[in-house]
Amino acid sequence: MLDPRKTEKIMFTLFGLATAIVILPVIIICAFIFIQGLPGISLQFLLDIPRHGMKGGGIAPAIVGTIYLTLATAVFSIPLGVFAAVYLTEYAGEHFLKRLIEISIVNLAGVPSIVFGLFGLGLFVIFLGFGPSILAGALTLAVMTIPVIITASREALTSVPKTYREVSLSLGATKWQTIRHIVLPNAAPGIITGAILGLSRAAGETAPILFTVAAFYLPYFPNSVFDQAMVLPYHIYVLATQVPGVSPKIQYGTVLVLVGLILIMNFSAAYLRAKFRKRKTW
Amino acid sequence: MSEKIEIKKLNLFYGDFHALIDVNLGIPEKRVTSIIGPSGCGKSTLLRCLNRMNDLVEGVRVTGSIKIDNIEVCSPNTDLISLRQKVGMVFQRPNPFPLSIFENVVYGLRISGTNKRSVLEEVAEKSLSEVLLFDDLKDKLSDPALGLTLEQQQKLCIARVIAMRPEVILLDEPCSTLDPIATLKIEDLMQILKKDYSLVIVTHNMQQAARASDTTCYMLLGEMIECGETKDIFTAPKDKRTEDYISGRFG
Repeated sequence: MLDPRKTEKIMFTLFGLATAIVILPVIIICAFIFIQGLPGISLQFLLDIPRHGMKGGGIAPAIVGTIYLTLATAVFSIPLGVFAAVYLTEYAGEHFLKRLIEISIVNLAGVPSIVFGLFGLGLFVIFLGFGPSILAGALTLAVMTIPVIITASREALTSVPKTYREVSLSLGATKWQTIRHIVLPNAAPGIITGAILGLSRAAGETAPILFTVAAFYLPYFPNSVFDQAMVLPYHIYVLATQVPGVSPKIQYGTVLVLVGLILIMNFSAAYLRAKFRKRKTW
Repeated sequence: MSEKIEIKKLNLFYGDFHALIDVNLGIPEKRVTSIIGPSGCGKSTLLRCLNRMNDLVEGVRVTGSIKIDNIEVCSPNTDLISLRQKVGMVFQRPNPFPLSIFENVVYGLRISGTNKRSVLEEVAEKSLSEVLLFDDLKDKLSDPALGLTLEQQQKLCIARVIAMRPEVILLDEPCSTLDPIATLKIEDLMQILKKDYSLVIVTHNMQQAARASDTTCYMLLGEMIECGETKDIFTAPKDKRTEDYISGRFG
């Protein structure tokens, strides 16, 4: 038999290696994009509209479009996702309907994003008549994000100790007062971080916005939710495949901006989580 | 001696399990009544019938009657909010909310719609004074409650109940996580509180029942075996099973 001390070392080395293999591509990709993209970043690039058939100028409309779209997605998906999570965790008993909803949520999370795109095209753009617009795009992204938010919210809600609920009820509070005053405030950090992570994934998606909101070229900012908008993921696709002769500087610069936006969202989620964990005392 | 709570032919089932069997009991007003018995005998279950906390458990079925001041508790029409305001509960582990000391005490008031600062402050001071905490904590009412010692936390939980001006206070093994000195202090507190409230305490600790209660009830396997003046129960129990338990032959 192998010396247990040696086995221990071998196993730890293997686990460490596996971790390194996972992290390495992330670091390499980020570093590569950063090095290639940084020379393209300038104030003009961030604030100007695309010019000279997108071979010059900036990408401001796409940045603004992405921010609008993400915010609109948040408006639709966070309340719906959180309410559904509260219902499932706090109100729904163990019955067939609840299990059906749970299975649906799991499956919804596994649907390929292009399917969401076509669903959004069919329902929001054509059937409900919103046309390609921020509204249609945000609703499509919201449908895609809701399972993520529900799952994260349910985890946060169930992590609030049951005794708090009992105490609150024993003091004469109704169930809703207990949820409103005790459960939700204590679950909020987990819900917020989960929501940000879900939204940051939505912000980088291309397929769901392809037919529902993304504009090929719009040299101005959207005025209302019924406007189409340029958005970064689609703009990157356009620059890479649809417009010949765009300099790599602009292409990588655009990628860097998108990755930067998403990283900012992810880091703020991580920061919030760490901050609240420090305050958490149970 | 007037009876605050009257329990008649109370039966409780968890699914198929018959947890309380034909329990009859009168709980006197403004005294300390303790319920003792080995683990799983149904003491806590009985206690939780009095403020209907068993409703939270799925698959519970209750038959029989509990009357508090001649008002039926077990009826489906019972208003749980006013019942629980009238019958407060202190739990096994000190469980303040992760809020400030002040907000913990006034939680029940805020929930019932009182938000006037002066009223809240007055009630907080009165309630904390009643549990002998006010002098220690008056300068740090906005500190987090979870920073207090366990003894203080448990007293705070009692103050949180008192703030609702209940008539009955249920204590479910309130000292099981406290050290012996803190335990004695809570027992002393119970002696003060019984002047204004009817107290029902579930305890594992026979000495605690002997020290702190006026009436003692012994339960075994879901049945109420014997109930009487504490000194009688501990010196001259009528039932052989009570004698076996209090003399330490089992349990």
